[in-house]
Amino acid sequence: MRVATIAVHTFKESVRQKVLYNLVAFALLLIGAAILFGSISVGVERIILITLGLTSISVFGLLIAIFIGIDLVSKEIERRTIYNILSKPVSRPEFILGKYLGLLLTLLVNTAVMTAGFYGALFYQKHALGLGDLVFLGAAYFILLQLAIVVGIALVFSCISTPVLSAVYTFCLYVIGNFTPDLRAFGQEAHNALLGTVSDILYYLLPNFGNFNVINQVAHAQKIPGYLWLGNSLYALLYIAILLGIAVLVFEEREFR
Amino acid sequence: MIMLALETIDLTKEYRLGFWRNRVKRALDRLNLRVEAGEVFGLLGPNGAGKTSTLKLLFRLIFPTSGSARILGKQLDDISVRCRVAYLPENPSFYEHLSAQEFLNYVASLFGLSVAERRRLGELLDQLGLFASRNVPLRRFSKGMIQRLGIAQALINDPDVLFLDEPMSGLDPLGRREVREVILRLKERQKTVFFSTHILADAETLCDRVAVLHHGRLQGCGELNTILCLGVSTTEFLLERPSAEVITELATYASSVIRTGERVRLEIPEESNIQGALEIILRRRTKLISVNPVKRSLEDYFLQKVGASDASQETASAYDWS
Amino acid sequence: MTSSCTPLPRPRLRRRLCGLLLLLCLLALIPIQRSIDLRTGSDRGEAEVLFLPSGKFLRPLCLGYEGLFAEIYWTRVVQYFGRKRLANSTEFKLLGPLLQITTDLDPHLLIAYHFGSIFLAEKPPRGAGQPLEALALLHRGIVANPDYWRLWEDVGFIYYWDLKDYAAAARAFQTGSERPGAMQWMRVMAAKVAAQGGQLATSRFLWSEIARQAGNEQIRKNAEDHLIALEAAEQMTKLGELIALYNSRQGRPARSLQALVVAGYLRALPRDPSGAPYILDAGGRVRLNPRSSVDLNLLQ
Repeated sequence: MRVATIAVHTFKESVRQKVLYNLVAFALLLIGAAILFGSISVGVERIILITLGLTSISVFGLLIAIFIGIDLVSKEIERRTIYNILSKPVSRPEFILGKYLGLLLTLLVNTAVMTAGFYGALFYQKHALGLGDLVFLGAAYFILLQLAIVVGIALVFSCISTPVLSAVYTFCLYVIGNFTPDLRAFGQEAHNALLGTVSDILYYLLPNFGNFNVINQVAHAQKIPGYLWLGNSLYALLYIAILLGIAVLVFEEREFR
Repeated sequence: MIMLALETIDLTKEYRLGFWRNRVKRALDRLNLRVEAGEVFGLLGPNGAGKTSTLKLLFRLIFPTSGSARILGKQLDDISVRCRVAYLPENPSFYEHLSAQEFLNYVASLFGLSVAERRRLGELLDQLGLFASRNVPLRRFSKGMIQRLGIAQALINDPDVLFLDEPMSGLDPLGRREVREVILRLKERQKTVFFSTHILADAETLCDRVAVLHHGRLQGCGELNTILCLGVSTTEFLLERPSAEVITELATYASSVIRTGERVRLEIPEESNIQGALEIILRRRTKLISVNPVKRSLEDYFLQKVGASDASQETASAYDWS
Repeated sequence: MTSSCTPLPRPRLRRRLCGLLLLLCLLALIPIQRSIDLRTGSDRGEAEVLFLPSGKFLRPLCLGYEGLFAEIYWTRVVQYFGRKRLANSTEFKLLGPLLQITTDLDPHLLIAYHFGSIFLAEKPPRGAGQPLEALALLHRGIVANPDYWRLWEDVGFIYYWDLKDYAAAARAFQTGSERPGAMQWMRVMAAKVAAQGGQLATSRFLWSEIARQAGNEQIRKNAEDHLIALEAAEQMTKLGELIALYNSRQGRPARSLQALVVAGYLRALPRDPSGAPYILDAGGRVRLNPRSSVDLNLLQ
């Protein structure tokens, strides 16, 4: 119950931040522009709209996740509003969980708005929406899973470091997480047993964002493979649990001087 | 069995400073306090004495290096006790985007208060003079208003024990009086109030017992009545435009002579000398404004405990003559 | 997480439990990731290559780090190819596009041209069987690296080995020999190929060159396999001549190679370069032992 209270409060606080509106507006703008790009080259209008549209949702979602994620805990500490909350019958894990859920809610709403804009653009282009267009909800769901992980990463860093550094680290992890198969390949190609093992460990440790990227498939009207639904959901769930666990462990030791 | 509202046992807090974390600073050194239920207890000391550290330790914002403490008989990591106590930090800050009402509602929901109980919130705001500004976002609150809101949020759960860190800071005399009233009302309802301050006058008027902290160590602890009766009392004479000869004659009796404008204040330590001084004054037809026994004040006690050399630096700024 | 009435268990124990739980979750990630990897199949990262119009499209997105991305794609080329070979696949759909992107991102990545020329041209299951694509790749490489003579060597080699166009091969070797740093034998090769295309010694020499300065394991192994095949072919030809001689001298066809040993034509039972003994089939022709690892199809 207290977790829900903190979550709702966090949601309301995030939603009031102006940067959110700017980013969402930008995303919608880009989606609108995608229609324009498509009309330039014949035959690929739909593909370009879908690719650009979903990529915008992903990229801006990432920016939103980072921007509001890094402030999550560090702002409370910096403004010392946290003294108040922690002196109430709220345990530190409850606080962290509530913060995370509030942020997740914010992301959900934002992604939903951007996805709605995307469907609007699709409708505008084709003047109709078919059952086959439901597949984009799947792509959006996977993007949301990705963002949930990113926000978790931002939360962990927010407990350790300053907002700026948190943003940098989170972004770096996101980029690396997209190239984990290549990282592993590098390690294997090196023909060095130690390097190979290290790169293997890193492959399983780092978040594999590549799993969630189905934009190319849906753009070319391919179906999202069935096993990905369960696999990705489980992966995201586990990874988020790990991140929250780390955040809680770190936060419990934190002193507020 | 008298329940102790607060009991600390050798509570110690050390900070590790320096790049290599090799320097140790003792913010609190084996603090032993016992606060009984229903009393108003003042924790006094200059800035940096360890008052805020003590309160933060009690609410697990920082963790003790050694020692322990109990609030209402429960250990510090027992969150359940937080339902019955309240904390107001020094220079509090609250969520700027919320209004006063929204903020109190938020805190109330953290306590799990029902809707019926939340109706009290309006009264609470009214009690502290904030009812008119209940829908104003907190970023537009003045320091005094924030302080009063802090008191309000501390009272939401009708706590048995209140821990206030510098509750009067930032308040004008009117605000201070309001807070004083609040504390006295709480005392009437047999609540315990534990507050830290460096404003001695407030402690004098409110506290049953005080403890003096300096450099993290307890310098002394006791009932205010006892402290105030301690020591030799002097008598204060206030004269208007005394002649120089009068001053010279009285100077033999007086321990201090201070001239402020047209008035001269004399302190005559020995009771036996009062008669002689009065005779001199009357003989010379000097205008006598007042004669007052000067009780040993908290200031004196404070100064003596803390040490005059230290005090001159810090308490000069800490003195509040209002 | 805790109800407001129960105190928390001792902090250290709780921390340890938490840490243990985290570790378990981490370990649980591994099988999930594995199963995703398995089902997605190996072409996961690479399939998107098919959707990219060209590598030039990718350049601006690299934000100046084309070199790094070229390395990434190059690694993907090698991994992709290795996987396909391990699975004994016969089609290498993505090899061309991957190489195209790699060289678009870094036109000076010479190993990519070299690798591509060999394995694009090689017939399946050894390669993609697309010699013309290979030539196109090499020509782009030459445009970007006009002074690098080895690309001409690769061009000449494809004309020689895969297309059997000896005139064109000779021209390529000639042009290459005029580039700075070209080895002497390029000139010699030009002449030889023009005159006696198809000669065993010529082929042998070229494959040895490739094996000698192979830039990576796959190239070297491939070249060695070819050399072994060539050697076996040569041995089989010589054996055939010996058998013919034996047959004409003895008046009847040899029943087995053992007979030649007994008759003193051979010192011992001949073995192919992989160590397996040659056998004589029913028609009196020399054949590879079924257990031999020599692959004569390479010479097709």
